Amino acid sequence: MITTNDQFFIDPSRCIGCEACVQACMECDTHRGRSMIHLEFIDRSSTTQTGPVVCMHCEDPACAQVCPADAIKQTDDGIVHSSIKSRCIGCSNCVLACPFGVPHYVAAIDQMVKCDMCFDRTSVGKKPMCATVCPSQALFFGTAEEVVRMRKERPIQEFQFGEQTVRTKVKMMSSPTADRMDFDIMEFMPGAVSTMVDIAGLSVWEEPHGKHG
Amino acid sequence: MAIPTLDETQFIDQFGPHLNYEPPGGWVEHKQQGEAKLVKTLCCFCGVQCGIQLKVQDNKVIGFEPWEEFPVNHGMLCPKGIKRYLQNEHPDRLLAPLVRTDSGFAEASWDEALGRTAAAIRKIRAEHGPDSFAVLGGASMTNEKAYLIGKFARIAVKTANIDYNGRLCMVSAGAANKMAFGVDRAANPWSDIPLAKAVMLSGTNLGECFPILTDYVWRARDNGAKIIVIDPRMTPIARTADLFLPVRPGRDSALANGILHVLIERGWIDRKFIDEHTIDFDRVRDLVKRYTPEVTEKISGVPAASIIRAAEIWGPAPTSMLLHARGVEHQVKGVENCLTYINLVLATGRIGKPGSGYGTITGQGNGQGGREHGQRCNQLPGARDIENPEHRKFIADFWNIQESELPHTGLTACEIFDAIEAGKIKGLLSISFNPLVSIPDANRTRAALDKLEFYGCIDFFLSESARHADVVLAGSLQEEDEGTVTTGEGRCVRLRQSVTPPGNARVDWDILKDLAGRLGAKDHFLYAMSEDIFRELAAASKGGSADYSGMTYARIEKNMGLFWPCPTWTHPGTPRLFEGGQFSHPDGKARFHAFEYRPPAEDIDSEYPIFFTSGRVVSQYLSGNQTRRIGPLVDQYPEPLCEMHPLLAARLGIQHGHLVKVITRRGEITVPAQVVKTIRPDTVFVPYHWPGKKSANLLTNRALDPISKIPEYKVCACRVERIGSEPV
Repeated sequence: MITTNDQFFIDPSRCIGCEACVQACMECDTHRGRSMIHLEFIDRSSTTQTGPVVCMHCEDPACAQVCPADAIKQTDDGIVHSSIKSRCIGCSNCVLACPFGVPHYVAAIDQMVKCDMCFDRTSVGKKPMCATVCPSQALFFGTAEEVVRMRKERPIQEFQFGEQTVRTKVKMMSSPTADRMDFDIMEFMPGAVSTMVDIAGLSVWEEPHGKHG
Repeated sequence: MAIPTLDETQFIDQFGPHLNYEPPGGWVEHKQQGEAKLVKTLCCFCGVQCGIQLKVQDNKVIGFEPWEEFPVNHGMLCPKGIKRYLQNEHPDRLLAPLVRTDSGFAEASWDEALGRTAAAIRKIRAEHGPDSFAVLGGASMTNEKAYLIGKFARIAVKTANIDYNGRLCMVSAGAANKMAFGVDRAANPWSDIPLAKAVMLSGTNLGECFPILTDYVWRARDNGAKIIVIDPRMTPIARTADLFLPVRPGRDSALANGILHVLIERGWIDRKFIDEHTIDFDRVRDLVKRYTPEVTEKISGVPAASIIRAAEIWGPAPTSMLLHARGVEHQVKGVENCLTYINLVLATGRIGKPGSGYGTITGQGNGQGGREHGQRCNQLPGARDIENPEHRKFIADFWNIQESELPHTGLTACEIFDAIEAGKIKGLLSISFNPLVSIPDANRTRAALDKLEFYGCIDFFLSESARHADVVLAGSLQEEDEGTVTTGEGRCVRLRQSVTPPGNARVDWDILKDLAGRLGAKDHFLYAMSEDIFRELAAASKGGSADYSGMTYARIEKNMGLFWPCPTWTHPGTPRLFEGGQFSHPDGKARFHAFEYRPPAEDIDSEYPIFFTSGRVVSQYLSGNQTRRIGPLVDQYPEPLCEMHPLLAARLGIQHGHLVKVITRRGEITVPAQVVKTIRPDTVFVPYHWPGKKSANLLTNRALDPISKIPEYKVCACRVERIGSEPV
């Protein structure tokens, strides 16, 4: 059984891109084969780096602020819920506003969907499905004491996007010296220099003609 | 002539693969499910064998729940495990025996299907001798079935030619283990991985093929371990490794020799351990003198500085684990590659201790157990040697037959297809094997299947191979029978029957028992349940190296698995082998092996200038007979892509998404290009899970390792051409 001290931690450096989280999310009784989370391939042409995208559950959620239908509710436990079906008008304001790229608009049901940290599982004492199955434990559900004891990375919950500071319930594992993460939009613009390692730079590239060794 | 009587489209219409997306009855909320029970069992896929709870209602598997108490995976699962429940009520599931007609297949009674199979075996045996009928098993089967198929082949069919698809998997590692240590099993439990301060992963795409072990490796890193990954591709586990060695395909033994050279030069060897517990170190020391970092770089394509760095990490580490898989094993020098890597373990004396040791990561669900109970052409139950007179006598007595009646060594899996091609083998019965997709040089495999006088196939879906069959016997999925499997760490675990086989399908062992009776061997197959077979195989293993004789279903369940050897009812099992430096050779010592590097069977040249290599993706399993029918898994990686580096792509005028033709001396396939910087620029990669015109095994080379007879999947020579002017 989980306790009230259990928290959600994400460490993309551990992610192996297997999508067990996404496949498992579909299996939740209430999701009917649709995943509320997704996996990002950061830049597959350069790297196998992937990132699981679950809701960060912001303390002051942008998605709820921009919702013209007041369809996104936050409960006292800090969980930012998926849209209320009868209210959501499918406008996608939330999709555009979320700094983490979490909500998705699903045309088939004309609704926004997003992760609610497995409210239907956590409310009956089970861990969220994605963090239970995650084979690399890039998604981890446990206490802050456990994560500090077990791992070198430091959990942070403050993100700086330009002028805006966003605090979240879900914690991101970062370098041992970081207090928060700063994002510079220029790093994501076309022409930004990739720092990804190229295997050709690591190997001794020879012309593929004639016999080797 | 076992030639299919429908075309591809007609087969797919009737037998799939169709994509299943929903549980039986559709998506129903938990509240409405009523009394679903949870069955604690295991995943049916890879050699990790994760614990999982299947959700069962009305004799149907409708979903799953993680099983967090199971000690290996603690609830973790990969996408295949999560979606495996979608195969039970699948529309493609075979529900009755089939016999071939002029226009496909017709349902038949069991009496007719088994009668025809038995008659064909008798006829071929009478006309051409017993060895002209071959039997092929599989390493996804339980220990019980692995034992039974070996006994069935030798006692009921009376053929020497019984082998299994594990021959395509890790037999080179098994042979190397026996040569080095005197026993074929991973030396350590997985729980030793997090205790290691250096972890070397050679030729294992661990994140995609054995995803659950990733957590073990990351926990080692949390504890301060340095991770070394050796692979021609920067796989997910390689991405954050401390050291990545992008080895040129087919050069692994040179690289291991080169690392050992530096270890010896820097004095990072355990002289005391070598002297007391090993032999033949001097031969290896003399050999690797030539493998300086510069020479090794020239052969392996790994920078000299990285070779030195690998030795610097491995050499002084207080504890270490070496794990390897198909990358080094799937070569004509597979045994040599494994042995040169084992040298690194023995030279440092780090084996048989907590956090120190070695293992091969078996790929198939019962890759370990499947190779111990006698479905290999050269082996008898208990991992006994079929040519050892004492072993032969023990098993002949145990089976109550004359030793002279017990066949000798038969042909291995690929050799069986060579013999069909040569007209020496006329009949085949296969179970849990899809050779048309999984054996190299698929055009030859197809022609061989066509040539068979009789082909009988036991399977739960109509695989591409089964399309050639005269008789298809509708067998059982893993969750439809009781049994045990032995995982990659040597842990024998218990899997449970969650549902009974649907329709008129039957459990596999009951099919074999019935067939044995029709071949006049009824008295040797008197089993009422799976547990009867387990009791027999455990007793048959007594005194063998893989000794299960102290195991019972109850003990295995109670302990959530028992490691062999487990020779008495009170023995706790043996998670870690070789403690105190005691190895399983008669003198108690381990053996070094000195192997000079030699090139692959087919190296690149001016006509075929690019290395071709193959492997898996995380969402598919082996020949895909199960996973290509599961919609959400297919959506994750729908079709094979040809991975290539942008430098190579630019040279060939190829952009991401172009269709490309990959051509070897054996065949060609057309697939889209995936241009990525995560593969060596001299190498292309295509995963192998697909049949027909997209089958990577149309390209691969059926050249065999001389010792283990494993084929060289992991390296051959190809050329690549762009098709069309626009990316698709």
